[in-house]
Amino acid sequence: MAENGIGARSLRKEDQRFITGKGRYTDDISQHGQTHAVFVRSPHAHAKLVGVDKASVADMPGVLAVLDGTDVAADGLGNLICGWLVKSKDGSPMKMGPHPLLAQGKVRYVGDRVAVVIAETHAQAQDAAEALVVEYDELPAVVDVAKAHDAASTVHDEVEHNLIFDWELGDQAAVDAAMASAAHVTRIDLVNNRLVPNAMEPRAAIGTYDSGLDQFTCYVTSQNPHVHRLVMAAFVQVAPEHKLRVIGPDVGGGFGSKIFIYGEECVVTWASKKVGGRPVKWTCDRSEAFLSDAHGRDHVSHAELAMDADGNVTALRVHTKANIGAYMSTFSSCVPTYLYATLLAGQYKTPAIYAEVKAYYTNTAPVDAYRGAGRPEASFLLETLFEQAAKETGKDPAEFRRQNFIPKDAFPYQTPVALVYDIGDYEVTLDKAMELIDYKGFPARKAAAEAKGKKRGIGISCYIEACGIAPSAVVGSLGAGVGLWESAKVRFSHTGKVQVLTGTHSHGQGHETTFSQLVSEKLGIPFEDIEVIHGDTEKTPVGMGTYGSRSLAVGGEAIVKSCDKLIAKGKKIAAHLLEASEADITFENGQFSVAGTDRSKSMGEVVFTAYVPHNYPPDLEPGMEEGAFFDPPNFTYPSGTYICEVEIDPDTGVVKIEKLVAVDDFGNVINPNIVEGQVHGGLTQGIGQALLEGAIYDESGQLLTGSYMDYTMPRADDVPSFEVVTSAGTVCTSNSMGVKGCGEAGAIGSPPAVINAITDAIGVRVEMPATPQKVWAAMQGMARAAE
Amino acid sequence: MTKLSMTVNGKAVSGEIEGRTLLVDFLRQNLGLTGTHVGCDTSQCGCCVVHVDGRSVKSCTMLAAQAEGAEVTTVEGLAQADGTLHPIQAAFREHHGLQCGFCTPGMLMSAADLLQQNPSPTEHEVRDWLEGNMCRCTGYHNIVKAILAAAETMKGGMPQAAE
Repeated sequence: MAENGIGARSLRKEDQRFITGKGRYTDDISQHGQTHAVFVRSPHAHAKLVGVDKASVADMPGVLAVLDGTDVAADGLGNLICGWLVKSKDGSPMKMGPHPLLAQGKVRYVGDRVAVVIAETHAQAQDAAEALVVEYDELPAVVDVAKAHDAASTVHDEVEHNLIFDWELGDQAAVDAAMASAAHVTRIDLVNNRLVPNAMEPRAAIGTYDSGLDQFTCYVTSQNPHVHRLVMAAFVQVAPEHKLRVIGPDVGGGFGSKIFIYGEECVVTWASKKVGGRPVKWTCDRSEAFLSDAHGRDHVSHAELAMDADGNVTALRVHTKANIGAYMSTFSSCVPTYLYATLLAGQYKTPAIYAEVKAYYTNTAPVDAYRGAGRPEASFLLETLFEQAAKETGKDPAEFRRQNFIPKDAFPYQTPVALVYDIGDYEVTLDKAMELIDYKGFPARKAAAEAKGKKRGIGISCYIEACGIAPSAVVGSLGAGVGLWESAKVRFSHTGKVQVLTGTHSHGQGHETTFSQLVSEKLGIPFEDIEVIHGDTEKTPVGMGTYGSRSLAVGGEAIVKSCDKLIAKGKKIAAHLLEASEADITFENGQFSVAGTDRSKSMGEVVFTAYVPHNYPPDLEPGMEEGAFFDPPNFTYPSGTYICEVEIDPDTGVVKIEKLVAVDDFGNVINPNIVEGQVHGGLTQGIGQALLEGAIYDESGQLLTGSYMDYTMPRADDVPSFEVVTSAGTVCTSNSMGVKGCGEAGAIGSPPAVINAITDAIGVRVEMPATPQKVWAAMQGMARAAE
Repeated sequence: MTKLSMTVNGKAVSGEIEGRTLLVDFLRQNLGLTGTHVGCDTSQCGCCVVHVDGRSVKSCTMLAAQAEGAEVTTVEGLAQADGTLHPIQAAFREHHGLQCGFCTPGMLMSAADLLQQNPSPTEHEVRDWLEGNMCRCTGYHNIVKAILAAAETMKGGMPQAAE
């Protein structure tokens, strides 16, 4: 292993700028002549937009422009899109209403963009935005997904019953038969609570038009600048793709919410031309973020698990209603379908599975991918169901799971819900987690807790997810509008320094470090001599961005392939210099050698020769720069077991997490520090979902949890220190590095572990977030029922 | 417009501001010190923490005019002039106490004040102190570890970089 190669706990290259205040986030960028945009947003969940009286603010100090949906229409701009076409059971395409940049005719959620005010200063823009007269004619709102089908009004008039699609996966007949002959069926109704992603950096964008070049530039808080450019050019038609540069500079967290192409970045880019090419800057404040960032989760489900008399699971049936919000955001359709129902096999050999998913419009903010995206919903449903089934049949929850695991010799394993798992060994992670939490010692700890008047519970979760998104042909056949390959370039300079250009984007993941380690290992050059460049469509090769733990498994493999091409070219040059046959040249630790001799050339000498090709192989191009695309043959399948132990105060309902152990099988790991950090963050978001967080709308569609005073973010004193093991079990077969991906696991595996622990402690399951009030009320209900 | 003078990171600065200008906006916009961030609008997240006369303050919740004549230190002023990192900065790097970096300046400034007031905090005290600083990336695990490590480094003398 190189000093900072694969497997090293290298310190991050990114950190120097962030710890000294030299990060460069979008709002940190100020340009000459910059103007400021403030969006006027609907205060109503559902209303006819009667009119915007632009004249009401035209003369206010500093106001440069007021633009609304009529201006968008007059300039012929297109709508925002949903990039994944899902078909209903009957084969009909999903029913999608238009998603304009600025509202046209109707507003559909509190926070819907109505107009933008551009002024010389932010304060002036804010003053004018508050003063702008907008006339609305209120309509009844649809808020609750469970009631959307029969609601009195429709969010989009062309979508009857607010039903976007009625989709299914699996073998319904086989499941019906298995249910009919089951010895026992466990049934569950559950809610997957709606969440707000809450990256600490609020969204922001700066649009600029250069009339000399006829070129637009958009700085934006993006997880995928190239996808931004593609959608803004091809669909919204702000500018042709070659006349639009999108830059995602330092981005302060994303968790999915910055994948999507929102109206704001399109509007400020378009509007720059309207104000004489001056830069137009918009920065979201937190209240605005709560209203307008795409939210996550929000499922209501009914599920049934059939078992034979020996406790072998024979079938699973799931009915889910998914809330899509008022508009279909960029990836919204695939989250409750192909990223959800395909994971319902979990780690189990369940022979027959059927899932039906109905997706509904409501008068709430759009819902799209949030850390895990569909997979946490699947994992939560399955693992609470397995827990309940074990309890109902009197089995130990760990042994019930073990009994139903896909055995390690059954891989590659075709699940009944479309995916083929390449490899896994689920007993390894289960055993390790049981050992770390001292599962056997739990009864004694429970007894000790009871002796002091506390309730104690233990909860298991065995999750799986699909990462490394994704094989293009597979996702294409399922309705994706794009390919999900990744690309890279690796470029030496004369002096042997290396630039790595990647189409992925880092917003906390530490790609500058991980990719440098990878290249250092592959090319045998110092970690310090490598620079990773990302986030600018003018500098980097086209890529699909960062989400679904794809950056290393897909983007990293494109880097590996680029390195392999450089090594292959280097061998030709070295063979020429060493007057040897190319077939006899080996490459190791940065040295090209003639096999079986001590004759060699360093990478540096070979690179210099490539750029100063005075003595050079005929017919070989000069230079040392190679690029590659990688389209993965399969998803990757990280899996693991999380076990949580809680203690509950029966007088207050307060749940204290005494211990949470996370044992993951991520395959090989490039930088353990970074991977463990990803798990810590995911665990905390999962604990947030389980105990604290929930986006609540009232019946009229007003967001009640619209600030950090109301929406409970996990804070340092809400979570414990964690015990994590990141590489237990197997090595991925879908890329040469053997990596699986680690970005979402923590948020997928932890909610069911926490909730199962609470259920174990108090004897009844409470819906997430399991606040003290809910837990206390559930315990009172149990006590009354017992009387 | 009001005239304003203060000392920021050891340098005398002045500017003309509107009465409603917040300290964080004066630092970011007038002085170009963009290391101090704004993550919310309800004084909850702590991304904007700076030191005013030696104590940690949420600079989004203070008018710039209230800092007239004050000594202000931002994250840009935490390291020594020769670039030697403050032990807390070094510990955050050493223990992977940051991911996206957005909350980091506020975390560092808050932690620096904690260790001034309590040089030997327990894990519980660190977590309790960080109540006013949110992080969405790290789950706080490595932030807590870094602050405890920095406390060890700083014990018994002048701050020195951990490395």
